[in-house]
Parts: sequence; structure tokens; C-alpha cells
Amino acid sequence: MKLLKLVPDDTNIKFLKWRFPFFIVSILLIAGSWAMVFTKGLNYGVDFAGGLEVRATFTERAEAPVAELREDVENLGYQSPVVQRFGEDNQVSIRVRLPDEVAADNEAAQAAANEVVAELQGNYPDFRLDGNDNVSGKVSGEFREDAIFALVAAMLAVALYIWIRFEWQFGVGALFALFHDVSLALGMFALFQMEFSLQIIAAILAIIGYSLNDTIVVYDRIRENLKKYRKMPLPELLDLSVNETLARTVMTSLTLLLALLPLLFVGPASLFGLTAAITLGLFVGTYSSVYMAAPLLVWMGVTSDSFVPEETVADRQEKVARGEV
Amino acid sequence: MLEFPTWRKAFLWGVAIVGMLLSLPSLFSLANLDWPEQLPEPTINLGLDLAGGSHILLEADRADVAATRLEDLEESVRNAMRRAEPRIRIGDVSTADGQLSFLLDDVTEVDRARAELETIMNGTGPVREWDLQVVDGQRFVLTPTQAGLDNAVDAAMEGALRTVGIRIDGLGTREPTILRQGDTRIVVQVPGLQDPEQLKELLGKTAKLEFKLVERQASAEEVQRGFVAGGEVVPYAEGEGFPNGVVVQRIGGIDGETLTSAQQSFDPRTNEPVVSITFNPDGGRRFARMTTQYTGRQFAIILDGEVISAPRMQEPIQNGQSQISGSFTVESANNLAIQLRSGALPVDLSVVEERTVGPDLGADSIKQGMFAILIGTLLVMGLMIVTYGRFGIYATVALVINVFMLLGIMAALNMTLTLPGLAGFVLTIGAAVDANVLINERIREERKRGRRVVAAVENGYKEASRAIYDANVTNFIAGVLLFNFGSGPIKGFAVVLVVGLFTSVFTAVPLTRMWVAGWLRKTRPTDINL
Repeated sequence: MKLLKLVPDDTNIKFLKWRFPFFIVSILLIAGSWAMVFTKGLNYGVDFAGGLEVRATFTERAEAPVAELREDVENLGYQSPVVQRFGEDNQVSIRVRLPDEVAADNEAAQAAANEVVAELQGNYPDFRLDGNDNVSGKVSGEFREDAIFALVAAMLAVALYIWIRFEWQFGVGALFALFHDVSLALGMFALFQMEFSLQIIAAILAIIGYSLNDTIVVYDRIRENLKKYRKMPLPELLDLSVNETLARTVMTSLTLLLALLPLLFVGPASLFGLTAAITLGLFVGTYSSVYMAAPLLVWMGVTSDSFVPEETVADRQEKVARGEV
Repeated sequence: MLEFPTWRKAFLWGVAIVGMLLSLPSLFSLANLDWPEQLPEPTINLGLDLAGGSHILLEADRADVAATRLEDLEESVRNAMRRAEPRIRIGDVSTADGQLSFLLDDVTEVDRARAELETIMNGTGPVREWDLQVVDGQRFVLTPTQAGLDNAVDAAMEGALRTVGIRIDGLGTREPTILRQGDTRIVVQVPGLQDPEQLKELLGKTAKLEFKLVERQASAEEVQRGFVAGGEVVPYAEGEGFPNGVVVQRIGGIDGETLTSAQQSFDPRTNEPVVSITFNPDGGRRFARMTTQYTGRQFAIILDGEVISAPRMQEPIQNGQSQISGSFTVESANNLAIQLRSGALPVDLSVVEERTVGPDLGADSIKQGMFAILIGTLLVMGLMIVTYGRFGIYATVALVINVFMLLGIMAALNMTLTLPGLAGFVLTIGAAVDANVLINERIREERKRGRRVVAAVENGYKEASRAIYDANVTNFIAGVLLFNFGSGPIKGFAVVLVVGLFTSVFTAVPLTRMWVAGWLRKTRPTDINL
């Protein structure tokens, strides 16, 4: 049987030739993402914004009465509720942001939640409550802090590990690549105003994990080649390393994509955001390994000496004693 | 490379088989099949988002605890000064700004007053609960210490945890989880609970019950003002048909701590739902004395600072039993009975987070998630086989073992599978073959460089393992952080990710290596199709 080869043997693509333009593109993408986050803002779900979300199925009809629902909630005095299809056509999610003074008061927030659910249940005989989330302003604030902390801590911890296992330049390179990935993920959520929830934090951490996988595989090959080809100019050596690991990169990205696509299309609706974020991260993470993590090594001056163990004074004395020097 | 001692083979197979066997009960239960009862049953827990149920986060207010504690202190200070021989006279008592302060009438009694205070202030514990300052020789100021307040909050939370436990047991639901979280929070998770309202109703009330003698009906202004000289004004609970409230005696009375049981029942005359209560001997005696002494007068049954009814005492009640009536439904009477049985919460709890998932939605999610996992696995397997042939088959067998082991280990460690956990599962499947991809690509390279089969395979495994190791350790770091700082559903994702790291490395590296080695030894091929 003839086996499939996704990447031909001995590719010699000059990835690093385009490092300046691509690096500029990366920087612009990062800047653009943050500009998005700060101008448009993230569309926080109830996890991070507080308030309540009600999910329901209308058992007796093919399509949920979205407009009426919105009006019902507005009539109760809660401004601009978000009413969205969710999964099937007769399923909706209704998100209500509570006024600040209500959100701050636990009892009042509870009362508001009960009021909304009771009103909707009363108005539609075929309203089946599938679930609701109700998060107080205080707890949602903590969720935000914890999420930021988890993201920053994860990025720093893995960068530190890479510094220890490789060299400081590799740690910095990996950290930048991760920063790139996280920024772009946030930027996309801000641009498309997709709901940003705790699940998405999980997705971003998964992206960090995956992107890092990629970076490490390339870095490992760079380290190996640095020892092997002591005289090769760094850009050339990086190209060689990326080319050598290209088959693996393509193959792994593809398997992951094959695993994710079914989840995206036939998986539960509530996992769509999470899966979409990871899928985006797959591309962004691969790109950043090549165009952020690698060029930075050139500019920070990694040399083949980095991985040749330094001679200690004791080694030196020993050699002298043995008459080798 | 080719040498695999028997003990090592036995060990690898043993781990794989035990890991897979552990998943069997979970698979049975996920498929709704009966698991033979005589076998052990470590099934995987389904999170509330998959099983359906309610999650409620309750929070106590430190300020509440501090205020209650200050009130108690005021009471004990007054009592101590009154009981002292001779009595120490104090005045101008105030509890402003979280401090208790009072003025000593006779400045020469400073030392005596201080000695009295010492005994009540700091109890017997090692921790200093209050700081005492004497200003201008006669104004005593008692300030709570941080450590003392911490202790009090801790004790209140432990008490609340017990009370919440008893109340939820009263609901008769299956396997609730009740955990303390942080300093002032309690998480309650009840799988399969359909009606979170009842749960919130049950936990949202302190249920502090008091019986007090009524002086007279209070006017609207008195209720508004909240106090009258010599008595306490208590408003009627809403919906009682009484506009105002009553004035009750401040001191005396009986409280809910003296109850031994409370049941929902029906009033034999009116057939209304009521709560029947039984006092303990001490409470029974006091109740008998109260009903004997004040026959013909009203007593107020006060719940959480509101009068729920104020019956007239018709005759002395000697048997220590009574009933509470007051426009209950069967459900609300039952709730109150549960609350009274559990005793009052030592501190008010309010709901700060609530998540409910209906059972139908959870079941749908499992079905769709499992289907997606199945398709994803098949696609990945197909790609591996067309790309790597025999080596791809090894990788896919390893992948299947990985999936079962992951389920099995999660079940054995009693971990919880959540909706994001399903996504973690898929991610693990995609990433699990990465180790095999790395190894196989490396073998291809080594072959291209002209190494012979065995050497190429050996090098492939050796050279790839460095990257595999580093990649998995970094992912492990990220996973652990995710688990520690993430909340709720994120934890579920992290659990699968971390356990998946271990099972996927185990199945992808040593296990496939064993199979490859076995095949090479048996057939000694001079070329491999890779």
C-alpha cells in the first residue's frame, strides 16, 4: 500500500526570508487585537459580567419567539436583553444584565432572576426551562480576576520552564508567541462580539498548550541542529529546523482539526464557542511558532555555543592534570 | 530496543488492561445498561451540566457575624455587670463602628470592671478575641481583634455547613455535595434537582424561631420606628392580613434551639397545613410555665424577626408540644419544618451564584458529545492509518486504549466529567497521536538518512522523546494552573487534560514501542513501509 505523504520529502521553504514583513504583520495583529479589546470591548457572558442567563426550549413550536421574548423582558424593566437562538431553532438563550444597584445586592439579584423566569414561564405554556445561570456582580468580578491570573500565571510558568530546559532566548521567544496567540484570540472575540465566558478561558489555555507543543517541537529541533551544524548561519538553521519538522506540524494540526470539526458541527451547542476558539488557536498557534518564536531567536542572538556545556574550572584543572592541554 | 523483558511486557499490558477495565462500569452507566451488582462500581461522575441539577454558591457576610457577635457581647457585658457583687453600674452603652463602648458610673471601679470583662471577653481559647481600652479613666472601649473575628466567622461557617447539610438531607435528594469554599462561602450541588427554587427557599432563611409574650398590638408608626420603651416591636410577616405588628417583651421567651422535632402536619380543626413541634424537656418546662402563667394572653411566634402568628394561650400546655400555623402551603410548612429541625443558621447566607441545568439538556449534550468524539476518533484513526500504515495501526490501537484508560482512571479517581470535559476529551484525542506523529516522522527521517530499520526505529523513539517530554510537561503545568485557578466547568476541562496527558504518553510511547519491537523481532524486515 502506498502511504500518504502530506508534505513532500526534503522541503526547503525559506520561511525566515519573510521574517521582517511577517513579524510586522504579527505586531500589527497584536496591536489591532488589543485595540479591538479596548474599543469594542469583550462581550462578557454572565460568568464575567454578572446577571442571568436563561436557556429554554419551546416544546410546541418549530421556532422560538425571539422578538416577543425580548419585549417581555424589556417590559419587566431590564434594558437590552440578549435573546439568541441556541442549538435548535426552538431553543433560545436569554441573557439579562442587571442594573448595577440590583447586581450588587444579592437578594435583589435573586428576586430579579426569579421574576424573569416566572414571567416567561407564565407567558408561554410550552416554555421548558433547560437551565439558568445567575451570577452576582461580586462573584463575576472574582471570576474575571481569577481568569486573568490563570492566563498570566500559565504563560509565565511555561516560559520559565522553557528557559530552564533551553536558554533564556527560547523562553522569551515562547512567551512572545503565547502572547501573540492569546492576543489574537481575545481580538477575535472582541471583533465578532462572541460571548466571552469561563469556557473561553479554558479554550485559550488549551491554545496556549497547543501552541507551546508546536513551539517546543521546533525549538527541540533547533537545539539539536545547533549542536550538529556549528557553523551554519542562524536564519538558515531555523529554516532547516522548521522544514524538518514541517511534516509533523501539518500532520498534528490536521489530526487535531479532524477531532475538532465533528465537535464543531455535531457537538452540543453549548460547546461551540469553546471549540471555535480552539480551532482558531490551532492556526494561530502554528503560525506563531514559526513567525514569532523563531525570528526572535535570530534577533536575540542565539548561538551554537548556547548548548555546548561550559568548561568549569574543575574540568579545566582535570584536563591539565591529565596533560591534555 | 528489540529486547522487552517479560516482566516489562506484563507490566505494560497490566496497566493498560486494568485501566480499560476500570472504564467498564462508566460505559455501562452512560449507555443506561445494568451493571452486575456484585461487581465493584467505580463510575465516572457526571457534572451538573451533563447530569442536570443545581449548583448554588452561598455566601455569608463577615459584617453580619461581627454585628451578631457585638450584640452578644453587649448582652454578656450587661449581665456580667449586673451580676457582679456589688453591682457595677454602667451607662451610655453604644455599639457604633463595630466597637462596644460604655461609661462607668463610678470611676473607682475601673479595676473590678476590667476583671469582670476579662472573663467574658477572651473565653478560654488561646486567641485574644477583643482588645480593651479605657479612655479618660471611665469610658471602656472593646474592639474586636482580627483573629477573634476570623475565629467567629470560621465557627459560624462550620455551623452553617452542618445546618445546610441537615436541611438538604431533609429534601431527600441523591448525593448532594456540600463544600466549604474559601472563608465565607459554601457550595451546594444537587444532581438531578428539578426545582432550584425550593432549594434556595430552604437555604435562604436563617430560621431563627422565638416565642415571646405579646404586650399589645403595635401601631404603624411604632413598627416604622422599630422600638418602644421596655419592649420590642416585631412586624407581621407579609400576607398575614395584619397591617402592623406587635410589641413583645424584650427579655424572656423561648427560642428554636429548644426544639427536638418539627413536622409538617394538618390542623385537625381547620385542616390547614401547620408545623407540629416538640420541645426538649427544658424548653417544654419553660413553655408549660409560660402557658400556665399567662393563660388568656397572646404569644408571638417569631421567625427571622417577623411574627408568623400570635395565638392566644387557651390553656396550659404541659406535654411540650405545640403547633405553628399561619397560612402555609403544604410545601412551605414542610420547608419550615426542615428548617426548624436543622436549627437556625448561625449566619445569614445569600445566594451569589446559581446554575441549573435541566436533565433533558444534559442528556442531549452527552449524546451529541459522544457522537462527536466517536466521529473525531474515527477520522483521526483513518488519517493515521493512511499516513503511517502499520505504524498508524499501532497508533490507533493505542488511541483506543487511551480513550478507555482515560475514562477508567477518571472513574477510579472519582473525577467528574463535565461538558467542557468532553471538549478536553476531543482535544486529548487530537493531541494523543502527536507523540506517534513525532516518532513516526522521525523514523522516516532516519530511514531517509540511510539508517537500517532497527536503528531508525530506535533513534526515532529516542530522539522524539525529548520533545514529547518537554511538550507534555509544559502542558501539565498549564493544566495544573487551570485546575487550581479555574472555577467550576474549567476545572472539568483541566482534569481531563491532565489525566489525558498521562494516559496518552503511556499509550503512545511505551505501548506502541512494545508492539513495534515485537513485530521487528518476529519478522526482521529489511525495509519498512513508512
